[in-house]
Amino acid sequence: MKALIASALALTASHALAQDILIRGATVYTSTAKGTLTNTDVLIRDGKIHSVGSGLSADNATTIDAKDRALTPGMFAGLSTVGIQEVTQEPTTDDASIGLGAPAYEMQWRPEFDVSVAYNGRSVLVPVTRIEGMTWTVLNPGIAEGGNFLAGQGAAVTLDGRQDAVLDGSRSLFIDLGGDMNSHSGGSRAAQWMVLEQAVHETRNRISDEKSLMHPLGREVFARYLAGGRVIFNVNRAGDIVKTIAFAKKYGIKPVIAGGAEAWVVADQLAEAKVPVIVDALNNLPNTFDSIGSRLDNAALLNKAGVKVTFSMFEDSHNARKVRQLAGNAVAHGMPKEAAVTALTADAADIFGLGATRGRIAAGQVADVVLWSGDPLEVTSLADQVWIAGRPVDMRSRQTELRDRYFERLKRATAN
Amino acid sequence: MHSHLGVYPSPGVDAHSDGNEMVDPVTAQAWAEHAVWPQDPGFETALQGGITAMQILPGSGNLIGGRGVTVKNLHSTTYQAMKFPGAPQGLKMACGENPKGFYGGKGQAPMTRMGNVAGYRQAFADAQAYREEWNKYRRELAAYEKKQKDSSGKKKDDDDKPPSPPKRDLKSETLVGAMDGEILVHIHCYRADEMAIMIDLAKEFGFKIAAFHHAVEAYKIADLLAQNNICGAEWADWWGFKMEAFDGVMENLALTDMPKNSCAVVHSDSAEGIQRLNQEAGKALVRGNRMGLDISREHAITWLTLNAAKALGIDKVTGTLEAGKMGDVVIWNGDPFSVYALAENVFIDGALVYDRANPSTKPASDFLLGQYETAVHVDNGGSAQ
Repeated sequence: MKALIASALALTASHALAQDILIRGATVYTSTAKGTLTNTDVLIRDGKIHSVGSGLSADNATTIDAKDRALTPGMFAGLSTVGIQEVTQEPTTDDASIGLGAPAYEMQWRPEFDVSVAYNGRSVLVPVTRIEGMTWTVLNPGIAEGGNFLAGQGAAVTLDGRQDAVLDGSRSLFIDLGGDMNSHSGGSRAAQWMVLEQAVHETRNRISDEKSLMHPLGREVFARYLAGGRVIFNVNRAGDIVKTIAFAKKYGIKPVIAGGAEAWVVADQLAEAKVPVIVDALNNLPNTFDSIGSRLDNAALLNKAGVKVTFSMFEDSHNARKVRQLAGNAVAHGMPKEAAVTALTADAADIFGLGATRGRIAAGQVADVVLWSGDPLEVTSLADQVWIAGRPVDMRSRQTELRDRYFERLKRATAN
Repeated sequence: MHSHLGVYPSPGVDAHSDGNEMVDPVTAQAWAEHAVWPQDPGFETALQGGITAMQILPGSGNLIGGRGVTVKNLHSTTYQAMKFPGAPQGLKMACGENPKGFYGGKGQAPMTRMGNVAGYRQAFADAQAYREEWNKYRRELAAYEKKQKDSSGKKKDDDDKPPSPPKRDLKSETLVGAMDGEILVHIHCYRADEMAIMIDLAKEFGFKIAAFHHAVEAYKIADLLAQNNICGAEWADWWGFKMEAFDGVMENLALTDMPKNSCAVVHSDSAEGIQRLNQEAGKALVRGNRMGLDISREHAITWLTLNAAKALGIDKVTGTLEAGKMGDVVIWNGDPFSVYALAENVFIDGALVYDRANPSTKPASDFLLGQYETAVHVDNGGSAQ
């Protein structure tokens, strides 16, 4: 009951009533040029970080003694389907992807499909993910049977449970390329480039042929991405990554590589073109022929070459929280720890156009912060407390409710 | 436990899909070992994660998928050279959504959980009848041999022929092996209520369940599992991908471990997860201790050593560091429950089979040879080739 009341308070407290929060004596991973600051205070006011320093004070602030524990910006839960897919194998709970069923020779692109419209702030995955220190994610539209390799648009959402959760400026277009998409592009990856060129041609020349790839609205949306919009290309093979960089450059698209199993092979080209990469740092097996070169130090090599990197579990959104373990493993295989924490915070925010307001512990940033029981990337550390926009998150979820119910039962059953 | 390395190898192409003989809900006659591809690159990455032995099972598409095999993680051209000496085979069974979903979707039995249980019961009932046929034959043979012996030297009766043996039925043969305790029963089962039903099934047909696998709801009946000496082979955190996995909690392993005589096992069915069972145990350990259980590191390590060996029937020869046991040993570069821990040296039967300081420049797997030769081996921050 206490937890319920706390939860109600957390959800209804208005900004006017919100109390200042002073976190004292933390090891602050700022994700800024200042690096990691020991024995440092952070003052949160009106949902934002007011100041970072030592010996801070504030009247009537709720004070938390961090006792040297790590404080990081709220982490990025990767590209996910949190809030748009409740139970993966139950179609009535899954809004993550579309497949309108047109045959390949009548391919229909629907870039106007925006999966964030389906987001459910009351999904049980939201608390499950945020109590592990992940305060935001990017909704990743998927490709269903009868769909094609242009998935549609997604956007970043804050995981504080609100319904209107999309973060301004984060909307992105998602295109999947490579062998996995052969069955969605008439049987060849060459056709994927053919259709991409067709889309550009159709958008620029404003044709209205009824056999066109896109509806007028779709063309309007696609045109925005040709004018410097962010497109997430899910692509793994080194050669395909190089083609993607060239295509984006030619048409003025801002590309992000997702997957990137063989990105390390072309790390220098990615660095030169300033193209960020989102990787699953545990991927070291040739799952497909597009990812023969998978290796555990992919993130480390990219980081070393100067490529902006962040992490994602991709399809496995129920365990989106595992990104922290991905970052830890990247460190075990050569990535500097501070760089890995920055990857999950500031770098991820920068990639999705949110860096001015999120991803760092610095004055003026939205107060999405996490206090950890230990090393923030260690599997044996836990998020002790999460704040989103300056409000403490009730550290409970449907999973903790189930756990407590059966822990009590088991204690009685094993008492004798 | 519960690996599909070799039967669902990398790359995951159609030609490699050898783990589910989904032509009939009961394929107890199929053996996973006949589909293990020893060139799966997943074996060497698992080795680098400290895996010295593993159980390879058929998939969970069928009610009774077939026999599992326990192997040593030794690189070899043939599976026979990998087989764990003296290890019993396993029988893979599956509850719930997978079999009923696949066959029901085709308008066949089983379409429901009722159909699932009816399917197991009929298969075991058939195996009982088969066992009785053989027992009858053995009795008749014994009587015939006795008669022959008693009448030796006397005049032979030409009409007195030995009894004909029944035709071998490989499906029932496997199930008889399970009922006789020679093959250990391993059941893919998520929901607590279904696990309780499978315990009833085992009692009806007189077999013992070695372990429930995945067992996402084991925490709801941890006491029942312990009372029946059944292990729970579980993930640290997977959940939610289907309804029967919707009640997952991160404390499942720690709660499974709570009753006396329990047997919690950290398992993974994925080629990624098997590489870091130590990290999975770390997650489970810290969750248990956060809720007030007092789990020591020395105890938690049994979740991926001794308890797994118990469930596979090989605990007399491996699973602990004791004089006389096989020299299956891993030296870690730090706390084995840490995300930063790496296996420095891995020994199998006393032989150094992996040395992180001196990795071979060539992959063990023929598949990777001549492709990216550094793909698996150079993982310590070295420069790209």
